[in-house]
Amino acid sequence: MEFLPTLWFVIIAYLWTGYLLLEGFDLGVGMLMKLFAHTDRDRRVLLNTVGPVWDGNEVWLITAGAATFAAFPLWYASLFSTLYLPLLLVLMGLIFRAVGFEYRGKGDTEAWRNRWDWAIALGSLVSAFGIGAALALTTTGLPINANGDREGGAFAWFNGYAVLGGSAVVLFSLVHALGFLVLKTDGDIRDRARRQFLRWLPLGLLPMAAWAIAMHAAGGETTTLLTLVIAVIGAVAAWAMARRRRDGWSFVGMAVFLAAGTTTIFTAAFPVVLPSTLDAAFDLTVSNASSSGYTLSVMSVVALVGLPGVLVYQGWTYWVFRQRVSRSQIPAAHAITAQ
Amino acid sequence: MEALELARWQFGITTVYHFLMVPLTIGLGLLVAMMQTMWVRTGKAQYLRMTKFWGKLFLINFIMGVATGLVQEFQFGMAWSEYSRFVGDVFGAPLAMEALLAFFVESVFLGLWIFGWDRLPRKLHLATIWGASLASIMSAYFILAANSWMQHPVGVEMVDGRPVLVDIWAVLTNNTLLVAFPHTILGAFSVAGGFLLGISWYHLWKRRRDGIDTIGPDGSVLVGSVEGTGRDTADHQVWLRSLRIGAVVAVVSFAGVAVTGDLQAKLMFEQQPMKMAAAEAACHDGTGFSVLSVGNLGSQDCDDIVAVVEVPGMLSFMANGDFTTEVQGVNSLVPQYQAQYGTNLPDDPMYGERAGMEIDYVPVMEVTYWGFRMMITFGAVAAFAAAVALFLTRRGTVPRSKRLMQLAVFGILAPFGANAAGWIFTEMGRQPFVVAPNPDPNGIDNVFMFTAAAVSPGVSTAELATSLIAFTAVYSVLLVVEVKLLVRYVRGGVPSAMPELVPQHGADDDDPAGGDAPTNKGGGDVLAFAY
Ligand code: HDD
Ligand code: HEM
Ligand code: HEM
Repeated sequence: MEFLPTLWFVIIAYLWTGYLLLEGFDLGVGMLMKLFAHTDRDRRVLLNTVGPVWDGNEVWLITAGAATFAAFPLWYASLFSTLYLPLLLVLMGLIFRAVGFEYRGKGDTEAWRNRWDWAIALGSLVSAFGIGAALALTTTGLPINANGDREGGAFAWFNGYAVLGGSAVVLFSLVHALGFLVLKTDGDIRDRARRQFLRWLPLGLLPMAAWAIAMHAAGGETTTLLTLVIAVIGAVAAWAMARRRRDGWSFVGMAVFLAAGTTTIFTAAFPVVLPSTLDAAFDLTVSNASSSGYTLSVMSVVALVGLPGVLVYQGWTYWVFRQRVSRSQIPAAHAITAQ
Repeated sequence: MEALELARWQFGITTVYHFLMVPLTIGLGLLVAMMQTMWVRTGKAQYLRMTKFWGKLFLINFIMGVATGLVQEFQFGMAWSEYSRFVGDVFGAPLAMEALLAFFVESVFLGLWIFGWDRLPRKLHLATIWGASLASIMSAYFILAANSWMQHPVGVEMVDGRPVLVDIWAVLTNNTLLVAFPHTILGAFSVAGGFLLGISWYHLWKRRRDGIDTIGPDGSVLVGSVEGTGRDTADHQVWLRSLRIGAVVAVVSFAGVAVTGDLQAKLMFEQQPMKMAAAEAACHDGTGFSVLSVGNLGSQDCDDIVAVVEVPGMLSFMANGDFTTEVQGVNSLVPQYQAQYGTNLPDDPMYGERAGMEIDYVPVMEVTYWGFRMMITFGAVAAFAAAVALFLTRRGTVPRSKRLMQLAVFGILAPFGANAAGWIFTEMGRQPFVVAPNPDPNGIDNVFMFTAAAVSPGVSTAELATSLIAFTAVYSVLLVVEVKLLVRYVRGGVPSAMPELVPQHGADDDDPAGGDAPTNKGGGDVLAFAY
């Protein structure tokens, strides 16, 4: 295998993992706006736990997309055009969610807030599902022809893996968000989040585990078996630690589950980045879909400069806003009246 | 409509829409950073109020830029897969640099700024807005590098029919980029300038209408105040300073835009002669600049067009800096293009049903001709109005005329119009190419792509129609929502961003998390818990 394309495959897998780890909980918090919080004040607690960080988390998605474009243009072109409608839904979801976060508190009627709560919750749900479906399909295959274009109609991409991947990311995000709320809130919101976390974790991580197992079964080796085992250990540890109220460690367990899970999936898929379900000869691989060596080396320098920086200042943001958010801190909303 | 047309409409609509938010974000971001710097340095109340008020409007607009930018990033792959395959080796790099080096900084530091008012030391907090604002300018640089490459492809070699990057530095220092970047950034400042000017005018006018500020016998302003509403003397300072800053920014940036625009025009005569000929509706070679041309611009038969008012020599001046060199018109350019790039699209499957069709090298002239003129006119009108505003407010407030106030508020739209017109002109003037060829005396280097070949072959017309309708509908609704919110916050004045200025608020059941200074308490809280 050539070195640079492989490196970029690893970087992209890393970007997706970072995305799911970080935006995972803010997507989940978005859905919990309707599922978990029942009063306006609780919703504001939830929103403020992710307030300072969600936009930075979302840039992981933009970067994953742009890095795919730069490093594997053929992969980017085929995947995005084949999944036209699901990605349209993802975009709609992300638009409503983003605008909802910012605009919800800027109106003062019940109806206004309720509308944006739905926008945030449904937007998060739809985009999480669509992104999960897209990731599952790029690892399991799409009906693409020799040119990389979709055969069959607008829904030719749809299959069980789309549903599996979609539910994997939705449910993972929900559980992950409950774990995040345990770390970031106080009082009875926190206790309630922990109870729900413990209750839903076993079921919630199942689809992602199933996806990883399916990938291992199809193209795995010893290493993927190892990472699969690590993922399971991470999940069990997350649950066990939460029971002992070791919430930080429980969060680490979730991160281990996710990282080991995505490692399993991407390693098993390697070197194919987008299999064709029509003919294996049309598979897009790390070598036939990549940019030139020159472009990849330029991009490697950029990543080498950019990514550590991102980790440092994004990490610092989490440190600055490490305090827990509780109901009593949320100030009363103020009405805006014309002067 | 065919898939290609739908995809083009979609790209045009979503991009122009994105670029309604973008210039305000770029321009206002830097101005807010400067206001906050003034506050940190002088400690004067009016600068804090300016920072908070304009910062609030900045955020309401910023988020829409984020939401619509996501669409931009995705749609190259979704709707233009052939384009992405063709240019991917070059074009993806600046996009990825933009994400890695600019968007991360922008979003992370803005989060710190919004929520960090009480958590961060003052200077560090100030640094966060500078970081976010400079990053947005960086992002403009990278995306314009990508766009300039489409206007003037450099730094590549053709390998197996695709451009392969050989020199990234050439892409990042493309001469097209070096003039387009300052032009676009200055255009953004003209938007922010007009925005400050119009809104401040409205508030100064309202203070006069409500009898707070009056004009003394010697013609100077007597600043009044109303207790407990925030409409005190500092409030007057907020609006007057903002107005004057806005007006100066608008005037200066227009001067800059004119200078860089002239450089761009000279470059375009060389790089895309057809675009400039079409901008002039210049059918025949000549030296005169048309101030007004009549006739059927859209007939595509150039001989229908007659220039009614022409400035002799002006066109040559724009192109070459003298008054006599003949500039080629459309009629003499078409045969040249046909000789170099063919009369018909090649019989290649990548052109789909369009393979073999005749190529029309003349862009839609109504659009290029009027787009070019609207860009300049809107900008000039805004700059002229800003200069007049500086004069009218020399005594410290605005005239009482309601008409003038309405004009000032309405004038906010002019620079937006200039920006949109500039893009539409640039992008449509490039047609029928999506990657425009380099004129090359030594024969053609083949680095170009027809728009007809760029669209995704696997995506159906129905899908494109669905997304076009969906984006247009959602964007229209969101535009209404954004404008309504902006209007509400504008009407609310400074207290809409600083409720602590109005005493009945802030006295509630909560204990603030980190408010130390009493004057900071309520406001810090609301910003620390922005949602
Ligand atoms: C001259 C400037 C300029 C131009 C031509 C464009 N943009 Fe833009 N874009 C910005 C200047 C900008 C900005 C000022 O930096 C924004 C506005 C709001 C923001 O967050 O950043 C932004 C936001 C923004 C975002 C969201 C970033 C975030 O979440 O923070 C994306 C993904 C894009 N843009 C992508 C694009 C693409 C793919 C374009 C090409 C078609 C494009 N933009 C044209
Ligand atoms: C934000 C400012 C921009 C605006 C307002 C703008 C405007 C437009 C418009 C109006 C069209 C439609 C032209 C037509 O169909 O005749 C278009 C097309 C296009 N533009 Fe731009 N553009 C902008 C920036 C960019 C940038 C930065 C890029 C690349 C990075 C880009 C790439 C394209 C592409 C790929 C098309 C589609 C092909 C075509 O129809 O020409 N544009 N743009
Ligand atoms: C005397 C005034 C001006 C001149 C001579 C001028 C000239 C030009 C030219 C020649 C182009 C096309 C460049 C290309 O095709 O790449 C252009 C593009 C553009 N103009 Fe202007 N312009 C002027 C004023 C303005 C004003 C006032 C604004 C906005 C406030 C503006 C915003 C733009 C934008 C956004 C573009 C497209 C982006 C770009 O290519 O830089 N222009 N202008």
